[in-house]
Amino acid sequence: MDFLNALVALSNFVLIPAVAYGSQLALGALGVTLIYGILRFSNFAHGDTMAFGTMTVILFTWLFQSWGISLGPLPTALLAIPFGIAATAVLVLATDRVVYRFYRAQKAKPVVFVIVSIGVMFIYNGLTRFVLGADDQRFADGERFIINVREFRELTGLSEGLGIKTTQGITVITAVIVVAVLFWFLNSTRTGKSMRAYSDNEDLALLSGINPERVVMVTWLIVAALITVAGTLYGLDKSYKPFTYFQLLLPIFASAIVGGLGSPLGAIAGGFVIAFSEVGITYAWKKVLGYLLPESLEPSGLVQLLATEYKFAVSFIILVAVLLFRPTGLFRGKSV
Amino acid sequence: MIRVENLHRHFGAFRAVDGASLEIAKGSITGLVGPNGAGKTTLFNVIAGALEPTSGTVIMDGEDITGLPPHELFHKGLLRTFQIAHEFSSMTCRENLMMVPGGQSGERLWNTWVGRKRIAEEERALAAKADEVLEFLTISHLADHPAGAISGGQKKLLELGRTMMVDAKIVFLDEVGAGVNRTLLNTIADTIVRLNAERGYTFCVIEHDMDFIGRICDPVIVMAEGKKLAEGTLDEIKANEAVIEAYLGTGLKNKEALA
Ligand SMILES: Nc1ncnc2c1ncn2[C@@H]1O[C@H](COP(=O)(O)OP(=O)(O)OP(=O)(O)O)[C@@H](O)[C@H]1O
Ligand SMILES: [Mg+2]
Repeated sequence: MDFLNALVALSNFVLIPAVAYGSQLALGALGVTLIYGILRFSNFAHGDTMAFGTMTVILFTWLFQSWGISLGPLPTALLAIPFGIAATAVLVLATDRVVYRFYRAQKAKPVVFVIVSIGVMFIYNGLTRFVLGADDQRFADGERFIINVREFRELTGLSEGLGIKTTQGITVITAVIVVAVLFWFLNSTRTGKSMRAYSDNEDLALLSGINPERVVMVTWLIVAALITVAGTLYGLDKSYKPFTYFQLLLPIFASAIVGGLGSPLGAIAGGFVIAFSEVGITYAWKKVLGYLLPESLEPSGLVQLLATEYKFAVSFIILVAVLLFRPTGLFRGKSV
Repeated sequence: MIRVENLHRHFGAFRAVDGASLEIAKGSITGLVGPNGAGKTTLFNVIAGALEPTSGTVIMDGEDITGLPPHELFHKGLLRTFQIAHEFSSMTCRENLMMVPGGQSGERLWNTWVGRKRIAEEERALAAKADEVLEFLTISHLADHPAGAISGGQKKLLELGRTMMVDAKIVFLDEVGAGVNRTLLNTIADTIVRLNAERGYTFCVIEHDMDFIGRICDPVIVMAEGKKLAEGTLDEIKANEAVIEAYLGTGLKNKEALA
């Protein structure tokens, strides 16, 4: 019984939240990795692009709600996602046309692109704050739980309860679908193969007659989709706040780098490594250990390795460790 | 076919190509020789759009193509191979070749979802074509191997194979023969001659192997210190004082190469 209780507590507080968070990071990191693989720079505007995408989804959600449209038990935001993606796609393509293309024509060094992306970040940053403000926004509606803690307790008779939020379920299912479509696209379609070829060897891709501008455009479209979905899922699960999204840049980059920059598979693995580390290290293990250990050994403290306020330190430490010991990451991406 | 006029490419103060002017006649197999560091590869890079020229012009069939990017030159029928073989390392050899005719209808995002049937047909035709080319190059057993894991000589063959995937007008070959065994070298020579005769490819061939040059090239252009030094048949060139001087000036190894 104690063991089951421990397992339930572990699932409730660590496994399920980490899987949901990991899925969100993975989608974010896929965007970073695609941009790195194709445009060959680290896009610092990624977090704020995510904020922009989520913001447009929220605005459309509100619009639909005001029209009385809803998805019943599911959040209305799901309906708004395609519109958010379209708006984000317009934004990033316009940015590419006005800003990045100029530097591509100059054959600017990656570090120039990085700095430019920081400038873009500030502009997006101002844009989202101008439109929707800097405050917290909640936009999740519909059924809150798939499995509710109290019902679970009554059903199983365990003293620990297990709750699965609708948003967590949706996050995982959406992430699986998006990743499946992305991999099918990259591996089986001509456009996807051109992207892989371009990422692998730019000179040869050009020589093979592949149009770089088209590859770049498709990449931005995919990134807009990935990032809007990631941001919306995160916002549904937690809440939307521009500053939080900016802060997500660190765990997202850590995920992409841990997995190996340029490797889509790595981005996914990296997302889960970071999510599990972050949740695991900031969780107070007292409860779980209490069930598992004999009474005499029961911990008196919280057994929390790091206070939640410092959760970003986890990504940072993992990032530094990976860069020191295995700069190409788990899946042998490009060294940074 | 190709006319290069007073072409310069400098790296800082160093003049890798220093006022080169030369012409490649339509239907010819023109050899390009010269000591190491003469600027041959740099000249190719500038003509094929990999490097911007410092100054000068490149004309193809009367049209100024100076500084056009490689993918546009590709669609004009200008192809090249790399001295150091390039490949898409994560793809198989067949897939490598199938990438070549860029600009397929499958590359338009829209068609990925709509014109699926036509794309499937295109892909089938491409795969068949790629297999034919691999067969021709005697490496059909490598079709499903990742291209990153084949030998240096085999990569050179794959480079040559790329140029056979489409109907090119002019192909620049940068030491395709280096690192390839004798038998295969003969096959390559035959291939070049055949592509020239049957499909009307014009070639410009960089090679250090004078036997190879002598077998297939006429005329031969000699480059030294970034300029054209001489042009003629191989025998004429071997007798040219300035050419001997240029090779001697760069050490014994090159003199033997010329012998
Ligand atoms: N990117 C570069 N930056 C600086 N110098 C360069 C660069 N590329 C070539 N060079 C210099 O230009 C000169 C000509 O090089 P190139 O590769 O064109 O010679 P090559 O005739 O092809 O020689 P080889 O027969 O050895 O291939 C060399 O001295 C080389 O060091
Ligand atoms: Mg060379």
